[in-house]
Amino acid sequence: MAVMTYREALNEALREEMERDPDVFLMGEEVAEYDGAYKVSKGLLDEFGEKRIVDSPISELGFTGLGVGAAMAGLRPVIEFMTFNFAFLAIDQVINHAAKMHYMSEGQFSMPIVFRGPTGAALQLSAQHSQACETYYSHAPGCKVVTPGTPADAKGLLKAAIRDDDPVAFMEGELLYNFKGEVPEDDDFVIPLGVADLKREGSDVSIVTHGKMIHVALQAAGKLEKDGIEADVLDLRTIRPLDMDAILETAKKTNRLVYLEEGWPYAGTGAQIVSMIQEEAFDYLDAPILRVTQADIPMPYAKNLEMMAKPSADHVVEAVNKVLYR
Amino acid sequence: MAQTKEKKAKKNSKKAGSLLEEVGISEELALDLLRDMLLYRRFEEKAEEAYAIGKIGGFCHLHIGQEAGAAGCIKPLRSDDYVMSAYREHTQAIAKGVPPRAVMAELYGRADGSSGGKGGSMHIFDAEHRFMGGHGIVGGQVPLATGIGWKIKYREEDTVCVVFMGDAAVNQGAFHESLNMAAIWNLPVIYVVENNEYGMGTAFSRVSTTEMVKKSCAHGIPAHVVNGQDVLETYASFRDLAEEVRNGAGPQFVDLQTYRFRGHSMSDPVSGTYRSTEEVDRAKKEQDPIALLRDILMKEDLLDSDALDEMDGEARTMAQDAADFADASPKPDREALYRNVWAEENEHGRLFFDGRDR
Ligand SMILES: Cc1ncc(C[n+]2csc(CCOP(=O)(O)OP(=O)(O)O)c2C)c(N)n1
Ligand SMILES: [Mg+2]
Repeated sequence: MAVMTYREALNEALREEMERDPDVFLMGEEVAEYDGAYKVSKGLLDEFGEKRIVDSPISELGFTGLGVGAAMAGLRPVIEFMTFNFAFLAIDQVINHAAKMHYMSEGQFSMPIVFRGPTGAALQLSAQHSQACETYYSHAPGCKVVTPGTPADAKGLLKAAIRDDDPVAFMEGELLYNFKGEVPEDDDFVIPLGVADLKREGSDVSIVTHGKMIHVALQAAGKLEKDGIEADVLDLRTIRPLDMDAILETAKKTNRLVYLEEGWPYAGTGAQIVSMIQEEAFDYLDAPILRVTQADIPMPYAKNLEMMAKPSADHVVEAVNKVLYR
Repeated sequence: MAQTKEKKAKKNSKKAGSLLEEVGISEELALDLLRDMLLYRRFEEKAEEAYAIGKIGGFCHLHIGQEAGAAGCIKPLRSDDYVMSAYREHTQAIAKGVPPRAVMAELYGRADGSSGGKGGSMHIFDAEHRFMGGHGIVGGQVPLATGIGWKIKYREEDTVCVVFMGDAAVNQGAFHESLNMAAIWNLPVIYVVENNEYGMGTAFSRVSTTEMVKKSCAHGIPAHVVNGQDVLETYASFRDLAEEVRNGAGPQFVDLQTYRFRGHSMSDPVSGTYRSTEEVDRAKKEQDPIALLRDILMKEDLLDSDALDEMDGEARTMAQDAADFADASPKPDREALYRNVWAEENEHGRLFFDGRDR
C-alpha cells in the first residue's frame, strides 16, 4: 500500500492506462501546459507529449463530440471537463450520441470513452459552479456513472472506466483532490464497475451514499456511535451499474435506511434506490426510508447560506434518529 | 452632444486641444474617465485585500489592467441601455451605475449586496441599472444578450445592448450561433471581446488559427479593433458605435485589445508556464490604462500631481467606504435560503422536495 492523495491516485491511473494502451488520450481545457485546472494531469504532458495530452479550446460541445467520434472510430478518449458544471454544454453529445450509439447501431459501434471531472459543490462557488450532476447521466440508459470517494477507489475505478467499452461519466470531487488514503501498489489494481463497498459496519441502521458524501456519512456514523448506534455505511461507488445486492443486503440486515446524496432530491439517485428497496425488500423495513440531500434550491454564494444548503452530518444524524423513532 | 464636447475641448489650452479634440472628448470627461478608472482600481485592490483575509470567498476574478473596458465602453451609453458580462464584471457593474457598496457587499456575501449575497463575485445583477449579470459559464451570456437585442427590436426601443466576453468565449458554439442570429435579424447588440490574450493559462494563439478580428466575418458583422488600454480611443469608439447601432446599423463586433495584470482568478498564478513575469511587468509598465491617461493629461497640463493625489484619495475613500459598508452589512438570514427560487409560491402542488423545514 502507498499513501497518496486522490489527485495522485487519478494521475497514476491515467499514467498506467496510457502506458498500457496507446489508443488512450486525454483531452480537455488546461490539461496539458497547466497540468489540469486541479492538477490531475500533472506531468503527463512531459511523459506522453502533446499528441496524447491535449489542451482544447473552451468548446465543450465540440471536444466532447470529437471524443465520441474518435471512440466510434476505435480510440479510447478520456475527456476532462474542468468541472461537470460546464458539461451541460456537452451533454447532448454524451446522451444523444455516446449513450445511444451501441444500441442505434445494433452493437456495431461501441463507445469506449470516459468523461471525467469534478462534480458537486466546493466552497462558495455559487449557483452555476456548485452542482452535483450524476443524476443527469444515470438517467440515460447506455451511460455508466462512477463516483469514487477515496484515493483507492479513484484509482481502481478510473482504470476500470478507461478499460470499459461503454461511455462512463466519471465524477470526482473538487474537495476530494487533496484527500489522502492508502492505495494498493499493483499496476493492475482495477475495481470492477457495479460493486459497492461497505465502508463501515454496524447493525442498527444503514446509511447508503456515494461520492464525497461517504465522508459526511462516516462523520455522522461517528457521532451516532457515541450515542450507542452502529451504522452500516455503504458506498455505492458506481450509480449505474448499481450494486442492488449490496443495497438489499444492508437493508435486510438493519431494516432501517437513510440515503445521503449531495445533489437535489427530485428524481435523485436516492429516489431510485428507495423505489428499488420498497419493490424488493418491503417486508424487511421497520421505518420509511429517508433521504438527506442538498436543500432543494440553487446553491447560494453567502457562506452561511451555503452551509445551510449543503447536506451535513447533523442532517444525517437527524434522519437516522427519525428512522429509529428516537 | 458631440458639438458641445468639441467646443469645450477647443476652449482648453492650445496644447491640450490636439488629442482630446481629435476624439471629441472634453477635458471634464477625460478627467472623469481617469476618476472612474482610479475608483475601479482601488475598489478591486480592496477586494483583493478582503479576499486574502477570507472576507470574500469562492472565485474572484479581477479586472485590474482592463479598466478602460469598463469606463470607456460603458460611460458613453445611456442609463436605459443594457450591459451584460461574464464573471470579470465588478467594475463594469459599477460603470453601469450599480453602487460600489452594493457590489462589495455582494462580494462579501451580505444581505445588502446587489443579489442579497446569493450571487457573489460572478453574479452581479442590477435590474434597475440594466446591468444584466454576471455569468459564470464561458460564452453563456452571449445568446442571452442576443435575446435582449431581440426584445429591444420587438418593442421598437432605441436602446442598445453591449455584451462583454473573454477571448476564449469565441470558441464556444453559442458565440457563432448568436452572431448568426443577430445578423439575420439585425439586432442592436455590440459584441465585445475583452481580448486579454489568455483564457486562464491558454494563449489565444494556441486555440485559434485566425485572428480575433476575423471572428465575425463569416456572419457579415462589422468588426472593429479598439485599443482597450487607451480609454480615450475606447470611449470614442463606443460613443460612435452605440449611436450607429441605435440608428439601426445592426450588430457590431469589437476586438477590445487589453491585458490582465493579475492571475485568472484570485487562486491562479499571475505568471508561470503560460506567460512570463517579464511579459506581465512590461504590460504593467507600458500598458496601464490609468497611467496612460494620466500621462496624456499631465502632458497637456490638464492634471498635476496634486490633483491626481486628490483624485486617488477620493477613489481610496470610496473603496474603503464600500468595504466598510460590506463589513457592516448583515449576513443573509435563514429565510433568504428558499426565497426567490420561483417567482411566486404556487397555490397548488408541491414545489420543494427536501423535506426540510423552511
Ligand atoms: C463553459 C465553461 N467552461 C470552462 C469554464 C472555466 N473557465 C472559467 S473562465 C475560463 C477562461 C476564460 O477566458 P476568457 O474567455 O479569455 O476570459 P478572461 O478570463 O480572460 O476574462 C475558463 C476556462 C467555465 N466557466 N465555463
Ligand atoms: Mg481572456
